[in-house]
Amino acid sequence: LNIVVLLKAVPVVGTERLGGDLLTDRSVQLEANGNDEYLLEKALKLTEEHGGEVTVLSVGPQNSQEALRKALAMGASRAVLVTDDAMRGSDTRATVDVLVAALRKLEFDLCFFGADTSDGQGGVVGAAVAARLGMPYLSYASEIEPSDGGVRIHRLSTSGYDVLEAATPAVVMGTQLLGAPRYPALRGIMQARSKPLDTWVLADLGIDAGGVGSGAATTKTLDASKPPERAGATFVRESADVAVAQVVDFLAQRRLI
Amino acid sequence: MATVWAIGEIADGSPTRLTLELATLAQQLATASGGEAHTVLVGRDAAAAGAEVAKYGPSVMAVEADTSGVPTPNVVAPHVAALIAQHNPDFVLVGASNDGKDVAGLLLGMTDLPILYNGAAVSWGESAPTVEMSTFGGKLVTSSTFSGSRGIVIVRAGGVTAEPAASAGAVEQTSVEGVADLPPVRVVDSVAEAGAAAPIEEARIIVGGGRGVGSQDGFRMIEELAEALGGAVGATRAVVDSGWIGYSQQIGQTGKIVKPALYVAAGISGAIQHKVGVQTAGTIVAINRDPDAPIAEFADLFVVGDLNEIVPKLTEAVRARKSGSG
Repeated sequence: LNIVVLLKAVPVVGTERLGGDLLTDRSVQLEANGNDEYLLEKALKLTEEHGGEVTVLSVGPQNSQEALRKALAMGASRAVLVTDDAMRGSDTRATVDVLVAALRKLEFDLCFFGADTSDGQGGVVGAAVAARLGMPYLSYASEIEPSDGGVRIHRLSTSGYDVLEAATPAVVMGTQLLGAPRYPALRGIMQARSKPLDTWVLADLGIDAGGVGSGAATTKTLDASKPPERAGATFVRESADVAVAQVVDFLAQRRLI
Repeated sequence: MATVWAIGEIADGSPTRLTLELATLAQQLATASGGEAHTVLVGRDAAAAGAEVAKYGPSVMAVEADTSGVPTPNVVAPHVAALIAQHNPDFVLVGASNDGKDVAGLLLGMTDLPILYNGAAVSWGESAPTVEMSTFGGKLVTSSTFSGSRGIVIVRAGGVTAEPAASAGAVEQTSVEGVADLPPVRVVDSVAEAGAAAPIEEARIIVGGGRGVGSQDGFRMIEELAEALGGAVGATRAVVDSGWIGYSQQIGQTGKIVKPALYVAAGISGAIQHKVGVQTAGTIVAINRDPDAPIAEFADLFVVGDLNEIVPKLTEAVRARKSGSG
């Protein structure tokens, strides 16, 4: 069971900022996107149980390497970073193109995406990649297991979950219900130093630099501003009965009850 | 002169509230551009659900399709992709529900149209929609648009208020040719989980509980307050991780982003990861023992005190008021 896990290195949550060009500043400290780590954990558990290897694939700047090294320390066998200065400012379409080309160079039974990323939160890339690769797409997984010649997942629904099955290779997008990621052990950190961390540039994927990056983007950010400040809280410090009466009045004034 | 489509969703035979919002928004954008709007509904009994959506203005293209045994997006997306190829709409609005995001993602792969997501507010710009989105946990509001004259926009719930139009649109049974088959995915079972809570995505009122609630038993009082207010129950990640309530109710960075008219936060400190999910709520009332909790920065009313005492009393007072006025 060979699994590729997509892992995006994102600015540490809370430290994100835009550069003067209105693009996310990725020169800051990067960490693995939280939602992707749940999928990495699940992939490691599945390969520990059923055999096979986990490859971590990332598209991003050079300083994504630290997040990939951590994934290797957690137990992944190999990491691939697609990085190329020409990709800066790529729109979602170009990102999908790059991921599709990179995945075509890798052999896998399952390809895992996290539900979304903390610096973009689109949550659409996995589905687009699956459609382009012509592979089944299974999403919002709370459980993933191999089944006879394929994969079976639980997909969250509004009332519980649906059980989905498809043939492999397949693309699976999963949620935090798959389980909390492990911490790298000291032994894993030592081993990670000798594991392959390959770097691919656009030319390795046969992608023309003119088709990606800011210049080819089909969407553009016009401006960024601080959201209007909330007026600030009015504090109620009265005894419970008085406080409750004040809350009810407040809600009634705003026509909320 | 743009043609704007809203891609609707049918749940239990009716259009979702987000679908009505999308129809309203499509009409607004089309009117501003001097063009026309349509709502596309794909599924079983699409025409019946279409009659309700048509009241919001755009005429409805109703496509009957069997969704049994297959994840709904895997049926909707290929039909919409074929309709797009046939009719060439300029802009396509899709809702930011789980199914909606899957539909949008599959469409992105099938049509290669440009895409903008996280639309909190969408207005007509010079030649394309301008999409406002909350970025980096709400630290920034960015506005974006398309370089060209076509694209897909994913729109969040609560961005517009669904408003019936003066004259309803028509409902047309629409047939689609050249629907591509996606690689098969089968739904082999649907499992209902006991105590599944009301969905938070479209709720007008949400009562959220945090670690401060103390225990799974304590969470019952959060549910009772939500019920009294006619709202849904939300929770922080810590509460979901503790198993007090299901992941479907989780608000925040790794959960859902919601925009209710009222959010009551009980025992929630308001860490950045939770704030991201709820900061655009119309009104936020916090109940917390610690007046220095970060939620003070974005709450409108902050009741300092013991939630074990305040929440049941508030539930009682809300019930009394409702039975008195009703």
